[in-house]
Amino acid sequence: MSHPILEMKGITKRFPNVVANDRVDLELYPGEVLALLGENGAGKSSLMNVVAGLYRADEGEIFIRGKRVEINSPRDSMNLGVGMVHQNFMLVDTMTVAENIILGLPDIPFRVDMEKVNERIRELSEKYNLQVDPESYIWQLSVGEQQRVEILKLIYRGAEILILDEPTAVLTPQESKELNRVLQQMTSEGKSAVFITHKMEEVMAFSNWVRVLNKGRLVTVKETQKTNPKELAQLMVGRDVLFRLAKKERQTGDVILDLKDVQALDDKGLPALQSISLQIRAGEIMGVAGVAGNGQKQLVEVLTGLRKITGGQIRIFGEEMANKNPLEIINCGVSHIPADRIARGVAGDMSVAGNLAMKCYRKPPLVKRGILHPRRIIDLAKRMIDMFRIDTPTPQTHAKFLSGGNIQKIILAREIDACGGVLIAAYPSRGLDVGATEYIRSQMIEQSECGTAILLISEDLEELMTVADKIMVLYEGRIMDILASSEANTEQIGLLMAGVTEGKTAVGHA
Amino acid sequence: MIELLTSLLAITLRSGTSLIYATIGEIYTERSGVLNLGIEGMMLMSAVTSFAVVYHTGSLLLAILTAMAVGGLLASVHAFLSITMRANQVVSGLSITLFGAGMASFLGQRLGPETNSGYLVGLVGAKFEPLNIPVLSRIPVVGALFNQDILTYIVYLVLPLAWYYLYKTRNGLNLRAVGENPQTADAMGINVGKVRYIYTIIGGMLVGIGGAHLSLSYAPGWTENITGGRGWIVIALVIFSMWNPARAIWGALLFGGINAVQFRLQASGTNIPASYLNMLPYLATVVVLVMLTWWEALSKRVGAPSSLAKSYMREDK
Amino acid sequence: MRIIFEKRKSMSRKAMFLVPAGSFLISLILTAILLAIFKANPWATYVAMFKGAFGSWPNFTETLVKAIPLMLTGLGVLIAFRLKFWNIGAEGQLTFGGIAAAWVALFWSPNLPQWTVLPVAILMGMLAGALWAGIPALLKVRLKVDEVLTTLMLNYVAILFAEHLYYGPWRDPKGFGFPGTPPFPEFAWLPRIAGRAHMGLIFAIVLAVVIWFILNRTRWGFELKVIGNNPTAAQTQGIRIARNIMIALLFAGALSGLAGVCEVTGISRRLQQGLSIGYGYTAIIVAWLAQLNPIAAIFVALLIAALLVGGDQVQMMMGLPAAMGLVLQGMLLFPMLAGALFTEYKLRLIRSPKITDAATKQEQVAT
Repeated sequence: MSHPILEMKGITKRFPNVVANDRVDLELYPGEVLALLGENGAGKSSLMNVVAGLYRADEGEIFIRGKRVEINSPRDSMNLGVGMVHQNFMLVDTMTVAENIILGLPDIPFRVDMEKVNERIRELSEKYNLQVDPESYIWQLSVGEQQRVEILKLIYRGAEILILDEPTAVLTPQESKELNRVLQQMTSEGKSAVFITHKMEEVMAFSNWVRVLNKGRLVTVKETQKTNPKELAQLMVGRDVLFRLAKKERQTGDVILDLKDVQALDDKGLPALQSISLQIRAGEIMGVAGVAGNGQKQLVEVLTGLRKITGGQIRIFGEEMANKNPLEIINCGVSHIPADRIARGVAGDMSVAGNLAMKCYRKPPLVKRGILHPRRIIDLAKRMIDMFRIDTPTPQTHAKFLSGGNIQKIILAREIDACGGVLIAAYPSRGLDVGATEYIRSQMIEQSECGTAILLISEDLEELMTVADKIMVLYEGRIMDILASSEANTEQIGLLMAGVTEGKTAVGHA
Repeated sequence: MIELLTSLLAITLRSGTSLIYATIGEIYTERSGVLNLGIEGMMLMSAVTSFAVVYHTGSLLLAILTAMAVGGLLASVHAFLSITMRANQVVSGLSITLFGAGMASFLGQRLGPETNSGYLVGLVGAKFEPLNIPVLSRIPVVGALFNQDILTYIVYLVLPLAWYYLYKTRNGLNLRAVGENPQTADAMGINVGKVRYIYTIIGGMLVGIGGAHLSLSYAPGWTENITGGRGWIVIALVIFSMWNPARAIWGALLFGGINAVQFRLQASGTNIPASYLNMLPYLATVVVLVMLTWWEALSKRVGAPSSLAKSYMREDK
Repeated sequence: MRIIFEKRKSMSRKAMFLVPAGSFLISLILTAILLAIFKANPWATYVAMFKGAFGSWPNFTETLVKAIPLMLTGLGVLIAFRLKFWNIGAEGQLTFGGIAAAWVALFWSPNLPQWTVLPVAILMGMLAGALWAGIPALLKVRLKVDEVLTTLMLNYVAILFAEHLYYGPWRDPKGFGFPGTPPFPEFAWLPRIAGRAHMGLIFAIVLAVVIWFILNRTRWGFELKVIGNNPTAAQTQGIRIARNIMIALLFAGALSGLAGVCEVTGISRRLQQGLSIGYGYTAIIVAWLAQLNPIAAIFVALLIAALLVGGDQVQMMMGLPAAMGLVLQGMLLFPMLAGALFTEYKLRLIRSPKITDAATKQEQVAT
């Protein structure tokens, strides 16, 4: 076997609250794809950010093409032929594709000749079959197209070592296949790639080698051909995969949330929701599947009073609640776990206790004649911290000092505590470690057993299949179909997510 | 009539010049994602120091260089506080203004000659004289364009250059990226902190020239509060020009024009009380700002760099 | 080896205390250097300033006189700043408060029972201040117009309007051309407590306590806290942002308006030139040094007032420009702003993980 093109030895990266990587080794060989497998929070991204120059390792050495290198900045990394597609795309929305591709390149002339750049981009996109117009602006592109831009960027810069951080998260299964093809084409030219994922099937489909990380540590190295998804799953989680949560048979009650023909626009004034009709009963969990950006955000917003609808009806507990303000909707019994927990869920500069009280501060016993009762707020916080196992030094600690999982638990505790029958949960387990994920899922099931109607939006089909009773698939603001989760399979949902309807006749309505 | 128009345009340009320099400076600063509300203080400081230099040395060039250095220095304080120390940019800028105003007043009573017990007020020094361009300056109305001081002529050059640099060059591209999306710029190998420092300081130097133009040409000499709020109007002009240097001229001309009209009215002995006339530029700023914000909301256009006034740190999660 | 900022695990209480104290010290040192450059003895200057501000009872009461408007405007500014509403308009709000009080004292008093004139003047002054803050607040919540500029521009408008009044229609005919209105009738004077220090001091202290209570112990204060911290989260929790900002800003404007009332009825007893010597701007320093804490603002205002009075004394005694005080004030904020980072971050020294030849490599300092 040839020498590794990239080799990492004993990499340790610490963050104030956590050790992200603990003496991790890695070898990548030319012409091969290495899968980096691990749960959310296992340290895959931070390890690769070290190679990309965004983080600096606290300990360890990196060798590229056999030479010991020091990577202090993204520029160093680029000069060594490393290119990374980050999970959140690194693109400037207000600039064109071409401008984004040449951004930061030191060897372009001072006076940029855009025509020449465009020409070169067209050539490359032809060669790799990555269709994209160099002159369109990023904000005009779909997520899939944006990813093409990211990959073109690496090719344009002549990157030899490609790092792809969960590239398929935003793609339909069909688009993923296309990505795999591009990757194979590139490795056949001698380039090599690190492919970060937490999905076993992708490891099998994409890679030659696989390295599994768990809680920041390297667990194992395997040749892909000599392993199987089941083994990988066990290695990744560090114990038997469960996630078949005990879901009791339960009876659903009356219709609590009732949407008829709901329409809404997005921020740019384009239709985002088109005649959405759905019903959720008491004790029922309705899962929402779909590629990001197909109306999930707007669906949550119209249900929580954050966005006006332009047509249709929303009834909650039989009352017309369309276009009411958030407070009226909260008073009607709706709780909301927002998709962006930092931006929408908590006030980082307020105490954990303050954040926990953020919903029930309006009512006694926390308040009397407009005057707050600080002791009771702290008592309530202590109770919730115990009950939901929130890891915080004190109830007075500012929320921003907590980890993502604990911040999510604050939100969960607050929203479940104040919940009056409807829970809207958007990506509640995104980016959390196994333990927290499991906890949050079981909490949702428990809530539904108490008769709460739950709308669960997730990008994790596995999660939807385990937790939800029904799964509706959103595509371009429409409901493609609603399936019973017990009868649905991933392939079928994947097709619906891509907007393919041929299979429809074969699918029984739930 | 033609004479009136000519003189109006002449005054407009004269009072607009300092605004244009400072506006372009602030546009560059804000394009990098740094909001500098210290312009008023920086203009005052550069006005007082440049006049002091000209008074003592007689060299206008040296005076301009001093103004640029002072503007750049104060800007670098703001850069240090807001970029390195990640201080609140609004408050940091305000403190530059408060400090600059106090310091300028202090220096105005200290940098003068001993014979005047240190005071600069009321002294006369060298100033930029209008340079008459033959033939061109004799064209009616438009001729006013060619009967200006050298700093105004330079502005004619700086405007298109500033535009070209921002939109057509590699550095301009990187600068815009830093202001729009520092994470991306960083990942693309651009040194975000360095770019922000550079353009905050360059912006400060241009603001410095704007301040010097006041004490060396527009209202030669040093008087307390010589800027009269110009530094704040500049902030409004940046919004008015939607962060595009080429458009800086329209705002500056508008406000210069209001000044000119106010001058003329006062000179013609109108019944409108002087205080009301003096309110015009400030009221106009508010009105223009309201209209512009309204229009932006209606057309769903936002010109401000997305990361304006937000600090950036690579490993912050 | 390099130095980086590392996030702390929780807020450093020690740093929250040390930073303002350290800032004060550093600004004293910086100003001392400046003084030395201009051939003044820093020590003597500071001693003179201190004596000027606190050296005798009359001096101290003068410090109080300057502290009162700083306390009131400081409170007004800090309420707005807590909402991240950058109210730079305290100067204008103060001026309008003064104008309204003068209006009542001069033109309403003949038609009012004497004992009501002062309360009505106070009320109208606060109303005027509230109105003057309400305009930018309304523009902000309705149209998202940048408040920094609107509040600031309205300062100029208010000051010019006041100028118009005391140079024009309201000018004292017996004033020998002095820019000011006739003096107010005696029943419109705000009672004085000590020297020229007036009732305003009591208003300020009581209000500071009330505001502290509102901000920390009431439902409304809680809502303001959430809005100031994360408006998106506030909106999600059904807190009415626009209405709350409006109310808070009307309140903030009323406080600055009250400062204006106190100045005209307590000190000058007429509306005249130099109503405010930039109190509204200095209020920003007060609010920020007090870390937006209303109780702390009272003490900070006193300190800043001492700098102002001390600065005046230095001018009289040592011939240094009174702007000294302004310079010192301005200097105060710089170390404070720089130091704030340390409450959340700490410096960490990282030894280079490499075994490489450290000797040949220069130590690099990355920030």
